[in-house]
Amino acid sequence: MITILFYSAAIIALFCTIMVITRTHAVHALLYLIVAQLAVALIFFLLGAPFAAALEILVYAGAIMVMFVFVIMMLNLGRTTIERERLWLPNSVWLIPTVLCGTLLLELLFALENNTALTAHWVSPKEVGITLFGPYLLAVELASMLLLAGLVGAYHLARPYLEKPDRGENESPQGIALSAPDPIGTSSAENNQHPPQLSPSTTRRQ
Amino acid sequence: MFDVILTLFGIIFTILTLMVLAAMLIWGERRLLGIWQDRLGPNRVGPFGILQTAADMIKIFFKEDWIPPFAEKAVFFFAPCVVVITMLMAFAVVPFSPSLGIIDLNIGILFFLAMSALAGYSTILAGWSSNNKYALLGGMRSAAQMISYDVFMGLSLMGVVMLSGSFNLREIVEAQRDVWYIIPQFVGFCIFMVAGIAESHRLPFDLPEAEHEIIAGFHTEYSGMKFGLFFVGEYLGVILISALTVVLFLGGWLGPVLPPFIWFCLKTLLVILFIILLRAALPRPRFDQLMAFGWKYMLPLALINLVLTGAIGLALG
Repeated sequence: MITILFYSAAIIALFCTIMVITRTHAVHALLYLIVAQLAVALIFFLLGAPFAAALEILVYAGAIMVMFVFVIMMLNLGRTTIERERLWLPNSVWLIPTVLCGTLLLELLFALENNTALTAHWVSPKEVGITLFGPYLLAVELASMLLLAGLVGAYHLARPYLEKPDRGENESPQGIALSAPDPIGTSSAENNQHPPQLSPSTTRRQ
Repeated sequence: MFDVILTLFGIIFTILTLMVLAAMLIWGERRLLGIWQDRLGPNRVGPFGILQTAADMIKIFFKEDWIPPFAEKAVFFFAPCVVVITMLMAFAVVPFSPSLGIIDLNIGILFFLAMSALAGYSTILAGWSSNNKYALLGGMRSAAQMISYDVFMGLSLMGVVMLSGSFNLREIVEAQRDVWYIIPQFVGFCIFMVAGIAESHRLPFDLPEAEHEIIAGFHTEYSGMKFGLFFVGEYLGVILISALTVVLFLGGWLGPVLPPFIWFCLKTLLVILFIILLRAALPRPRFDQLMAFGWKYMLPLALINLVLTGAIGLALG
């Protein structure tokens, strides 16, 4: 039962990841990426890491991807972007990545051939915490410093927008996340005087 | 084999009960709002208007299920399903009584948080796929709101996790035998309620569908049963938040004399009534006020609560 679930989740994850790379429409690619992450979360769960599975959904699929979708919706990408993507990705570009991926796949199959154990050991959230704040404390501290640097950087980037009187004119993702008084409603209303160009109807006419 | 059948039966029974409850809640809310606003509310269909929802359902089923030609069909169809599916999934971890409940997951809280984070896609995708500027505005507001309020919803619960030492909802209820967590974690309780109401897009926080400025927001283009799904999803969200509040802060099924399941239902009902009362009592803020409130007041408050809980926990050993 677990084996069937594992392989179906793996197939979904692989298929969706391939779709993410090959789609020219940004929102479609993101939707595939979300599905791929859900499949990966299921794999984590089946392998005995429920905490990692929950964080995969909560942080990646639930928060970061929402941010991506949000930003891409605001960027108003149009049909020209899709055309440009297509020009950037002619068929010949795929040659080397395909060879590399094929090699990896072969290595993976070889590794699976030698080691067939699927579920090793059920790791509870408590064990994860004890390990993180025990032997790996330094890594946690370094990661938190990196995040702090990112936060300060984002704040610095958003500052000019905070101080300008006409802050609604300049829209930036950092400005929204941190400069709370920026009225998203009004500023995006200005952006959308023309209908959203990242629209399904334009893609269907491809 | 018998276990599997029993679990399946439990799942189907829970889903049916929740759907009926969500539908009844629509009538209950309209009736209560009517009373609080000094009018009658729906009182024509059946005794006390109790069949109003059934009448509404019949109407909604016979409405034309229209998909706008300019919409992205697949996503447009899928978006309303997301909210109902994720909300129903989240109920899987809710312990209704010591014996009732679908799954006893050791990451119960995280599972609930993950499902409520995924529910946000429903409104975002609905807003985007409708290809309508008002719907898109609603979708973007919803995205911003979800990101902001998700953050401290999780943080507000970590105090409870610290006190009980577990992510498992059943163990959290058991840990409240001496004192309900609403007393040591009152700040966490308030933050969780605010975030929960914002997550389910209830009135003080229903800016994504604010009808006075952006028509109906993300579901502007929806009609018939697809709109009905959004509606049911919202009420499922209310029930879910109430049930989780009861489990995490109000001692779950614990209580004297009455059977545990009755206690759980009574407490949940009380929280639902409180949320409805909030809708009747509070005006809607502007969107920038909503974001400022989230980032400038609720997030620091949640962090301070977390630090203090940890410090006191360490000091007391």
